[in-house]
Amino acid sequence: MIDLLIGPGVAATLVKIAVVLGVVMTVVGNIVLVERKVAGWIQDRIGPNRAGPWGLLQPLADGIKFIFKEDVIPGQAFKTLYMVAPVLSLTTALTAFAVIPFADKFVILGRQVAPIIADLDVGLLWIFAVASMGVYGIVLAGWASNNKYSLIGGLRSSAQMISYELSMTLSVVGVLMAASSLRLADIVNAQAGSVWNAVSQPIGFLVFMVSAFAETNRLPFDLPEAEPELVAGYHTEYSGIPFLMFYMAEYANVILSSSLMVLLFCGGWHLPLIEPMLDSVSPAMAGLAHLGIFSLKLGAFLFLYIWVRWTLPRFRYDQLMGLGWKVMLPLALINVVWTAFIILAGWI
Amino acid sequence: MTPRELMFYADAIVAVMTAAVVVLNRNPVVCALSLVLHLCSVAVFFLLLDASFLFAVQIILYAGAIMVLFLFVIMLLDPAGEGVVGRTGRIQVSVAIASAAVLLLGAAKLVPALAAPDQAAQPAAEFGQVMSVGRLLFTSYLFPFELASILLLVAMIGAMHMGKKGESE
Amino acid sequence: MADAVPFGSIVLVSAVLFVMGILGVMIRRSALVIFMSIELMLNAANLVFVGAARSTGSMDGQMFAFFVMAVAAAEAAVGLAIIIAIFRRRRSTDVDLMSALKW
Repeated sequence: MIDLLIGPGVAATLVKIAVVLGVVMTVVGNIVLVERKVAGWIQDRIGPNRAGPWGLLQPLADGIKFIFKEDVIPGQAFKTLYMVAPVLSLTTALTAFAVIPFADKFVILGRQVAPIIADLDVGLLWIFAVASMGVYGIVLAGWASNNKYSLIGGLRSSAQMISYELSMTLSVVGVLMAASSLRLADIVNAQAGSVWNAVSQPIGFLVFMVSAFAETNRLPFDLPEAEPELVAGYHTEYSGIPFLMFYMAEYANVILSSSLMVLLFCGGWHLPLIEPMLDSVSPAMAGLAHLGIFSLKLGAFLFLYIWVRWTLPRFRYDQLMGLGWKVMLPLALINVVWTAFIILAGWI
Repeated sequence: MTPRELMFYADAIVAVMTAAVVVLNRNPVVCALSLVLHLCSVAVFFLLLDASFLFAVQIILYAGAIMVLFLFVIMLLDPAGEGVVGRTGRIQVSVAIASAAVLLLGAAKLVPALAAPDQAAQPAAEFGQVMSVGRLLFTSYLFPFELASILLLVAMIGAMHMGKKGESE
Repeated sequence: MADAVPFGSIVLVSAVLFVMGILGVMIRRSALVIFMSIELMLNAANLVFVGAARSTGSMDGQMFAFFVMAVAAAEAAVGLAIIIAIFRRRRSTDVDLMSALKW
């Protein structure tokens, strides 16, 4: 695994990094607009439509606004950690994209390309490792702000994140049992051979979805950053570019969880109706088709995130923690037993 | 110097420096964060030693869970930073220096005997991967595995009981 | 996996880290920092285990390191609970004040 970093393909890896980062940051920028438009439609209004046709230049306007805002540092704040925390959040959110495969291996210009930055053997564990480091950005932001609302928000948010990390990891154990591998490409190929994991392990899918909502601090689990309750929680004191980094980190986490849901439970780039047709097409076209299918499924889950946010009310904090420990964790364990049963019975 | 050696030296420097900050800094929060960096550097050591599963587990478990617990306790207790060598007795300092000297001398004696890079011992492709660890855990190491799970259960119950409010004794 | 890290270097780095852990336990007075120094020592030992596993080609060292990590997690949980309980009584984590059991 170490030789991927220092092996002969360094230039290729750098190109892949540039492409993935560019695409992710573009999607992050545009999802802000999509969120506000969809929020408008759900609330029976139009949403932003002043900046450019249909509001398409709104993310650009927002970006310019954030860059020109003054970033205030509170007087007694712990300056180093205060500035490091948003960088840590954004870095961990983006680093996890290193093991996400966006399509199957395909041949282009006579060379085989795998659209994944680092094909680690412990693929999925890398994402969990990086996600558990993401907790530090929040807890440090809360503590370094020298503000009791930030501290409470930061501690609540990190307690919520580590509680739901448990049920998220356990719900994935079922997927790993079915695929016998930690590499995300292998998990997708295992689903291509039989039925999608969302169909064979519905409880696991549900637990993973709820845990992903809680991990990314999105409604209905966003009490730690709720405006009416906690004055924006751990990022109360932040403004300008540091706040923009927290904002981008949250959306990058949303895109990451959506891609994980697509890859782990919904067959990734595989669509059972189109697969036979792709055998007769050139490999480059098949690769592009796979990429398109993955993007469509990803878009569907992103829409789900936004839809749920503007539809459901917020959970109270003790309800949230009770749900995570008393409902999601036992359900994830039941899912492991169920998956063991269907594997031994030969149903998948 | 091969890239692997270069990474090893860089990682060793980071590990020693962060350990020094843990031992010497006055503010417990800075010590805890430095320990997080140290644990990540030890994880990189594991990666350099072909232990990929342990690399991931070290970050998930140590740096991502145990140290978060430490940080919680430090932030909730908010203890005042105390002086580093303020009232430390001469006995402690001399024992510390004596044991440090003994250990380092012993390690220095051992190093030349072990310094030859192990070119001959080329491990199998499955070395340190999840599959071999999993296989061993459920065959040769089944009994320690079950014992460890009971230990974790007992520790969980004990910690929850001791941490409850209203426990003044 | 062309070249390996020499085992002697691993032992040296681990010895240095272990010694720093011992120094931390001996000269610090805050119970939390003493705990962190103990974690330093445990990690130094883990490093030697994994280095020995690579040098002899057997997986036993890595399994041992795995179990050390599990035990360290349990110990950290219980130890921190004890520190919290003591803090509730004494409002301080200074171990020099916890001398009630001294002869």
